[in-house]
Amino acid sequence: MDFAFTDEQQMIRDTAEAFLKDTSTSEAVRTAMVSELGYDAELWQRLCGEMYWQAIHIPEAYGGLGLSYIELIAIVEQMGRYLLCAPYFSTVCLATNALLCAGSEEQKAEHLGAICEGKTATLAWSNTGGWTADSVSASARKDGDDYLLNGDYRYVVDGASAELLILAAKEEGSDAVQLFAVDAAEAGIERQALPTMDQTRRQAAIQLKDLRVSAGAKLACESGDAADALNKTLQLATVALAAEQAGGMQQLLSSAVEYTQERKQFNRPIASFQSIKHKAADMMMRNEVARSSIYYAACVADEALNGGELSAELPEAASIAKAWCSEAYFKNAGEAMQMHGGVGFTWEYDVHLYFKRAKASEHLLGNSDQHRENIAALLLDGE
Amino acid sequence: MKLQFSEKDEAFRKEIAGWLADNLTGEFAQLKFRGGPGDEHMFPEERKRWEQKLAEGGWTCVGWPTEYGGRGLSIEQQVIFYEEYARAGAPGRMGHIGDGLTGPTLIAFGSEAQKAKYLPGILAGTEFWCQGYSEPGAGSDLANVKTKARFDEAKGKWVINGQKVWTSLAHESEYCFVIARTDPDSKAHKGLGFFLVKMDQPGVTVRPIEQITGTSEFNEVFFDDAECDADDIVGEPGDGWKVAMGLLGFERGVSTLGQQMAFQNELNEVVKLARENGAANDPQIRQRIAQAHIGLKIMRYNSMRMLSGDKGDGSLQKEALIYKLYWASWHRDLGELAVDIMGPEATILPEAPYELNRLQSLFLFTRSDTIYGGTNQIQRNIIAERGLGMPKEPKW
Repeated sequence: MDFAFTDEQQMIRDTAEAFLKDTSTSEAVRTAMVSELGYDAELWQRLCGEMYWQAIHIPEAYGGLGLSYIELIAIVEQMGRYLLCAPYFSTVCLATNALLCAGSEEQKAEHLGAICEGKTATLAWSNTGGWTADSVSASARKDGDDYLLNGDYRYVVDGASAELLILAAKEEGSDAVQLFAVDAAEAGIERQALPTMDQTRRQAAIQLKDLRVSAGAKLACESGDAADALNKTLQLATVALAAEQAGGMQQLLSSAVEYTQERKQFNRPIASFQSIKHKAADMMMRNEVARSSIYYAACVADEALNGGELSAELPEAASIAKAWCSEAYFKNAGEAMQMHGGVGFTWEYDVHLYFKRAKASEHLLGNSDQHRENIAALLLDGE
Repeated sequence: MKLQFSEKDEAFRKEIAGWLADNLTGEFAQLKFRGGPGDEHMFPEERKRWEQKLAEGGWTCVGWPTEYGGRGLSIEQQVIFYEEYARAGAPGRMGHIGDGLTGPTLIAFGSEAQKAKYLPGILAGTEFWCQGYSEPGAGSDLANVKTKARFDEAKGKWVINGQKVWTSLAHESEYCFVIARTDPDSKAHKGLGFFLVKMDQPGVTVRPIEQITGTSEFNEVFFDDAECDADDIVGEPGDGWKVAMGLLGFERGVSTLGQQMAFQNELNEVVKLARENGAANDPQIRQRIAQAHIGLKIMRYNSMRMLSGDKGDGSLQKEALIYKLYWASWHRDLGELAVDIMGPEATILPEAPYELNRLQSLFLFTRSDTIYGGTNQIQRNIIAERGLGMPKEPKW
């Protein structure tokens, strides 16, 4: 047992921190978040070309770096910290994981290879913000050698800009969930960018109208039903989202402590008041244990991707991390805003960006109540 | 990062689990799950014999270096030891102060003579220790101790006068380590000494404190011209604070995982009750049970992180700084959850005049968790000041 980053993992984490601190500045985030694409295409090229982060956990056989989920989480934590606007979560944490969980060798070689080269992708599975395969509502009807897909998706992360779409649909007749890898430019796909309260992560609505896809677009998935693969994908993504949340918490804590040290009232820094110190201490406690939860979940996620002995723990570890981090991030964002006083309410200071991101992330992939109920069912129902 | 223990460590796990299964039988069977916090006053004689049984198996002082008679276990194996100990329901350790605090302190700061005099009794489970830190006027402000120690040249002994409070198991202990002022004019953390004092002497009086549970594991201890030998001071006069703080460092660490296994036993009981009495169908109770489970799992992950990152220099990392505040708050919440699951039945006692069942006792006793060993408020000050570099409290 050694529950600490290896030197190499620490180095990757430190590099990510330094790179993002430099490139994903407040100014850069604010420019990207109101741009048409929602992110800086040039920065995305650097992430893919120089850092090769999009390929971090893609096996070497498909052109990736073949590193573990722990390295991925270490980077994603820093992305959350610096509010990076980029199609990383959608491409790597959603679409790539779906391909890894359900794709055939051939499909992985094709699509993961393209992702390694910088292609963006996302996963669309639900119209209701559900966070399991139960929420799939689009339909797939066999039509000769093809499938005809119909249905609506909402809250699709980076859905308007992604180049490759992984679409979940239920097969008519069997009700089996299937995943299809489809070029976003295909006829029959209507995409609408949705204006979002949290501008640092884009969402879209997607409508499929008799979208015709070849049988080869269906991700292979040996069992014939991709529901388990989709659930696993969503759990893997949930772990990554929790890591983003932990990163965001860190930045809120740092900025709140810094601000309260500078801000003077009654002839003393407001950081010297216990009412402020105790808020900060609670923020640090929530933040540190959040970190413990995501690192544990990252180790489990890595085993789940590689069929390790802790694979079966993934649903629990993901729910633990998300239940804790969602609530803690939002709580810390609220506290940070309060500690900033009036300026925390302004557009100029960054606190509101984190506050909005915290609430948006909380409702993506299941909120704390839902993940707690997931845990409760594991503990209390059944034999 | 690697979560699994090595094969060698897993073999060790089997060894200790097997030993406990073989030995926690006969006269010791009644001690299962007894003697923990809130129940420490129970079965003292039987639990002392159990300490001697542990000693026979070489299972006392497992973290001490072998040169001092310990087992010299690695951090991983100590973790496993404490986990299996708690999993088996082995009783609260009568010897934990000597094993976990006095011993490591003497090994780090004591003279060879002190080690030779005191370590064997701790190892053998025949001599028990209590902790003389808090005083009526020195709780959160520990450095404000008023107990005095003066060296009597004629007798060649230290003479101690003052009062300690919240001393657990003082009435069952052979010795007490005491911080007392060697320089009567000194203030705060300067001018203190760290003394090893025999309890069985005319100058020492123990008076039990009746707690909200109606039981008494804590005591007041009065020193009226109590004596100890000239060489029963650890370090020099004036070194007391340094030694005391070093000792507090030993309190944290590997035993936390054993503590968590005991928490798991409690949570299991809460979950079992909820399933039996139907509370498990209440959506709000489900949320709270899940939150308790999540909180305990994360506590474990946090401890694993704390232990893996341990630099071995006693410096506390951030995940260690928050530990006391975290577990104390979690445990207090569990106590509240337990009685809320019991419902109105929680208000009825098993026996007059004031016998509590385990969950009722948990509910009441956990109120002390957020107070002793540094209140939640003091913990928050420490976190803000040491962990975040925020301004120190002004001096009055």
